[in-house]
Amino acid sequence: MAETAKSKGGGAKTSGGRKRGRKDSPSGIGAEPPKDLLDYYRQMLLIRRFEERTAQAYTQARIGGYCHLNLGEEATVVGLMTALQERDYLFTNYREHGYALGKGISSRRVMAELYGRTDGVSKGWGGSMHMFDTQVRLLGGYGIVGGQLPLATGAALAVTYKGGDEVVMCQMGDGTTNIGAWHESLNIAALWNLPVVYVVVNNYTGMGTTVERSSAEPELYKRGSAFRIEGERVDGQDVLAVRDAATDLVERARAEQRPFLLETMSHRMKGHSVVDPAKYRTEEQAEEAKGNDPLAAFERQLTEAGVLDDATKKEIADSVKDEVADAADFAENSPHPDVSTLFDYTYATPVANESTRMPADPVFAE
Amino acid sequence: MTEIYMPRLSDTMEEGVISSWVKQVGEKVAPGDVLVEIETDKAVMEYEAYEEGYLVKQSVSEGDTVPIGSVIGVLGESADSSPEESGGGSAAPAPETAAPEAAAPAQESAQSGGGAEAPPAAPGGSSDGPRPRSSPLARRLAREYGLNIEEIDGSGPKGRVVRADIEAARGNGTAQAQAPQAPAARQPAAAAPAKGGPQDAYDDGRASEEVPLSQMRKVIARRLTQSKQEVPHFYLRRAIDAEALKAFRTDINARLAEDGVKISFNDLIVKAVATTLKRHPKVNSSWVDDKLLQHGRINVGVAVAVDEGLLVPVLHDTDKTTLSEIAANTRELAGRARDGKLKPQEMSGGTFSISNLGMFGVDSFSAVINPPEAAILAIGAMRQEAVVRDGEVAVRNTIALELSVDHRAVDGAVGAAFLKDLAETLEEPLRILV
Amino acid sequence: MSVITYRQALRETIRAEMHRDENVFLIGEEIGVFEGSYKITEGLLKEFGERRVRDTPIAEEGFVGAAVGAAMLGLRPVVELMTINFSLIAIDQIINHAAKIYGMFGGQNSVPMVIRTPGGGGQQLGATHSQNIELFYSFIPGLKVLAPSTPAEAASMMRAAIRDDDPVLFLENLGLYNSKGEVPEEDDTVAEIGRAAVTREGSDITLIGYSRMATVATRVAESLAEDGISVEVVDLRSLRPLDRETIVASVRKTGCAVVAEDDWLTYGIGAEIAASIQEGAFDFLDAPVRRVAMAEVPMPYAKPLETAALPSVDSITTAIHETLAAVGRRVG
Repeated sequence: MAETAKSKGGGAKTSGGRKRGRKDSPSGIGAEPPKDLLDYYRQMLLIRRFEERTAQAYTQARIGGYCHLNLGEEATVVGLMTALQERDYLFTNYREHGYALGKGISSRRVMAELYGRTDGVSKGWGGSMHMFDTQVRLLGGYGIVGGQLPLATGAALAVTYKGGDEVVMCQMGDGTTNIGAWHESLNIAALWNLPVVYVVVNNYTGMGTTVERSSAEPELYKRGSAFRIEGERVDGQDVLAVRDAATDLVERARAEQRPFLLETMSHRMKGHSVVDPAKYRTEEQAEEAKGNDPLAAFERQLTEAGVLDDATKKEIADSVKDEVADAADFAENSPHPDVSTLFDYTYATPVANESTRMPADPVFAE
Repeated sequence: MTEIYMPRLSDTMEEGVISSWVKQVGEKVAPGDVLVEIETDKAVMEYEAYEEGYLVKQSVSEGDTVPIGSVIGVLGESADSSPEESGGGSAAPAPETAAPEAAAPAQESAQSGGGAEAPPAAPGGSSDGPRPRSSPLARRLAREYGLNIEEIDGSGPKGRVVRADIEAARGNGTAQAQAPQAPAARQPAAAAPAKGGPQDAYDDGRASEEVPLSQMRKVIARRLTQSKQEVPHFYLRRAIDAEALKAFRTDINARLAEDGVKISFNDLIVKAVATTLKRHPKVNSSWVDDKLLQHGRINVGVAVAVDEGLLVPVLHDTDKTTLSEIAANTRELAGRARDGKLKPQEMSGGTFSISNLGMFGVDSFSAVINPPEAAILAIGAMRQEAVVRDGEVAVRNTIALELSVDHRAVDGAVGAAFLKDLAETLEEPLRILV
Repeated sequence: MSVITYRQALRETIRAEMHRDENVFLIGEEIGVFEGSYKITEGLLKEFGERRVRDTPIAEEGFVGAAVGAAMLGLRPVVELMTINFSLIAIDQIINHAAKIYGMFGGQNSVPMVIRTPGGGGQQLGATHSQNIELFYSFIPGLKVLAPSTPAEAASMMRAAIRDDDPVLFLENLGLYNSKGEVPEEDDTVAEIGRAAVTREGSDITLIGYSRMATVATRVAESLAEDGISVEVVDLRSLRPLDRETIVASVRKTGCAVVAEDDWLTYGIGAEIAASIQEGAFDFLDAPVRRVAMAEVPMPYAKPLETAALPSVDSITTAIHETLAAVGRRVG
């Protein structure tokens, strides 16, 4: 453990992004298999279109509750998900539609969950904030800020307890680094040498509060240093940079059996949720977000590198459009859960005297 | 508030007796719950609630008689809804007017808490006074024991009546126990003494004792008096040779023995009557309110003796019913008639009745018509008679039939033709089935 | 049969369950090297090693949440929270996560874990360490809450809790750890969760309690029996699910009830019991349901004040006398 205790920034470093210390992206692109690049592009486009369709369905009242979108985070999501092996576990927060898609859940089942239908990933019990699929090892989107950190830490404990080689990735927003669970979890993970990578998706704003106004150490990747956890910051708008940084940390966590911290920098293109007009942003901030569209940037790069021509672009666009339309159609036609299933999931082990009374029922039936 | 009315539970019912209240005041009532048992002219019927609520008032006491449509009780939205607003129904007994003296002491103790001077009685009577304190358990037990909880002194905090008080009152207090009956007994309208109550001996030199009248007995008395007074009866008698009928019955029962079917002479006669009525539609009729109704359906009633009198369950569409069904249905209906469990529709709609006293050895008799039907057939016992047949005397089994006919609806010749046809049908029993 | 303490019953059961199932492990503050604040885990670190007996930093939210996460991957953690007062720091993980994960994700992932924690007062621990807030957890669908009162029940209910696939809050009591009782040798009884028990039959009045109060109730009943008063004692045992049928059946028999609870009266567990009784036994009640509960103050340190604030044999006896007097059975 001693070698991780670097004197400067607790072993934190930055890569890619604004303080671009990594190799130039264009030359990087040249070395990548075009098939992979087009695959990332398609995934990013799918998230973009899926979230746009989600926003539309929300306004059509097909989707209820809170609804937070990954618009502007497409490169981060795809880069992180590419870094995980299938057997690795993922815990996320409530802004997780893209992660659900990226971890391998079909767009149909994600959309059906948003619609609250039986074919949804969580059978209509979770909604936007609570996607879950044991098959692909997405162990939950969580609506309580910081709630997923102890869980992810405990999952990593279970992995070591069983002697497995899976890694747990725990995604969160920038605001989460201020809550108690953050400190408790990172401390425990470092103490017990748990294979977990904490990923802070920094979009400069927790709801309407900027990072500078909420965090005394606004360079969040440095906040692991209190626990001697190596931190790294990466340009969240660069899918390849995210993929490389995340792969590096995931594999080190696997090999070295210890936790790591990754901070990704990207812009939230819209409000905190679909109902937030983001009036608190200045015009410059809004313009800056718009100017930092990772999808547009990646498309430009791929076009310049000759990987993406007009025909392919149209082909991908059409295919994504069809997939999203199909997902919405599927969700619309998936059955609502039957009220008779209301008491199906209170307890895993059936128990005497479990109450199954409906609101107007007397406690004792005559 | 929903008022509950004395229901019409039989076609001839004009008034009913509250046989017993199944739901007590304060009890929850759901649609389909039996509220009250009502004695109609024909049977004791269970009467069910159509709406939900709480029984907040029993306007008619057990044993009392009120006409159809009278308020007998009130359903409220909660157990303690005040029935006042909907009280005062047409025939509902009004306890206010007959404020029993017995209620006064309870009122005093409730209102004054045992103070020296009783306040003047409120004009509204006991039902308007504040409810004396009592525990739910005490209230329930009081209902079960038939005690008036308002007359019981409470020993609990602030005079609350508790179980111990109820048990004590039940143990020693007959006066209190009878108190709830008192208002009903004082009702001038309640002509009939309460069922099972003590009866005065009549000093008429014959050691007479008045027998309490059942509702059925009253109805029999009224309707048969009406029949004999209003219906111009005439009687047609004819004996039939029953040899063939007897053989037919033996044969048919032997053939059906494996199916467990047993056909009686009565069943054969019922079927023969139905078959014959089909050919004589004029006999299948009624004289009602100066109108002659000829019935399209043939529904034969069969008189059944029961403990309290006589009931006539009806076999609907008898002409379309097979012999074995008639046998089964008759047995089933008669059984339920004796148990007082016939439904009104099973005692109504008859178009012709049969009364059979053959089992008592009666040779023949004249039956009283069951209005508004036009005729009734009286059947005597089967007996061996010396009969002249083909110029020789022979011993034959015979049955005497006597038809009572309403002359307003059916003339002599029409009735005679019917009886002739019926007799010939019975003497050539295969025709019964045609 | 052997007579052992409640503490020994818990320890032996946990130990046996750890031998039975490799996935059962212990996690909590001071449970290993220190051998437990109340010595429930004495000797277990030596026997099972650090992998199975894991000391944690003082981070209730962190380690309770970690136990939830471990349970999601199929382990069966038995968490010790030093006292129920400290559960407040972990309450988000207990209520928002342990209790929700099975239902919120459509039944895909159960959370088989036990959170052991003692309640109790009367030890001069002052306001923050003398609370009985099991109500908070009993309120939550998705949790099961057990409150054994005897060594035998502590054993059979701990077995049930560990083998159950749902999160179980297992309420112990500082005042019970040294209490003794008979426990069958080679016992492998698994209690049925969700069932109350009539632990003493009687006909005059129903006395309802759980955890320490169930044992106090038994003492009260024994003492009143000498005066000819027949008290039926109902031990709730399971606070969620709540066995209303057993409570109501008893009150239907006796006609009156006293609830003894170690928590505050207003909105407390007794309030739920009383509400259930009025609904299920309204026509059988001969007197209002009486609750004997803590005085509604932050628990003081000074002994006379603390003693006065807590329910006791005397206060329960008084409530029973007054209730019986109200139904006309004056005694004593």
